[in-house]
Amino acid sequence: MHPGRQEVKCAEFLKELTDYLDGVIDDRTRAELEDHLHWCHKCYVVVSTTKHTIEIYRDSQLYELPEDLRGRLRQAIMTKCAASKKKH
Amino acid sequence: MPPIQSKGVETVSDELALVRAAKRGDMGAFEQLVKRYDRNIFRIAQHITQNREDAEDVVQDAFLKSFQNLEQFQEQSKFYTWLVRIAVNESLMKLRKRRTAKTVSLDEDVQTEDDAVPREVADWAPNPEQLYKQEELREILSRTIQGLPSGFRTVFVLRDVEGLSTEETAEALDLSVPAVKSRLLRARLQLRERLNKYFRKSNASGETRSEVR
Repeated sequence: MHPGRQEVKCAEFLKELTDYLDGVIDDRTRAELEDHLHWCHKCYVVVSTTKHTIEIYRDSQLYELPEDLRGRLRQAIMTKCAASKKKH
Repeated sequence: MPPIQSKGVETVSDELALVRAAKRGDMGAFEQLVKRYDRNIFRIAQHITQNREDAEDVVQDAFLKSFQNLEQFQEQSKFYTWLVRIAVNESLMKLRKRRTAKTVSLDEDVQTEDDAVPREVADWAPNPEQLYKQEELREILSRTIQGLPSGFRTVFVLRDVEGLSTEETAEALDLSVPAVKSRLLRARLQLRERLNKYFRKSNASGETRSEVR
């Protein structure tokens, strides 16, 4: 703990977790949260595994659009759009 | 610990020029917009509908609707955010059709407050994704995110997979910024908790697992 700073409890830490992970938090709050992380292993693990969860999903290439399907869909879209344009 | 790096959709300065050209009837310009965002719209649609055929329909319907309503696009937000909003609505309509007796909305199953508290805190193996073959990992991730309520799943996909900002996500889903933040927190924590059983240290045997249960 640094002098003058409020001790952050686990529940308070969790409330700030999203802003902390996204890096949209003021310097003072960040320092208080990181003080908490220095001594609270439970929150440290929650932060690191949540961060990993996000990174795994972001990098997973889940539901990539195959190129052949992509071509067929684009052709269908453009045909429908052209037909719709003629109607109006 | 450094913050996560957002992938995001590149902000391209010529997007507005393409939209304006498409409004004037330039089909080539509209096709460029389709090429730019079709992969994103397909991912979003499949994440929400959890059905490949529905996702294909959503991609077609979302682009067709955006084309037909291009005049109504006010250019105050990004075209992509507007397109995502259309695609999310189309996806939710598909979900409703599949669950005819049940109303599906972004408010579904998101009322409880106690789900933000981690129940199990176990550290993960150093590179947990390497415990599984690529196909097995995709199966785990797909099955895990399917278990989330659609209201959480949608916010997570837009923010963390597609890289929209909190404000853009709020605009696309017609939610307030605090509502997006609250759902994002709970979606992230629930996913983390559900992945524990696959990635925790006790699973790190050093061998590639061959089976996913």
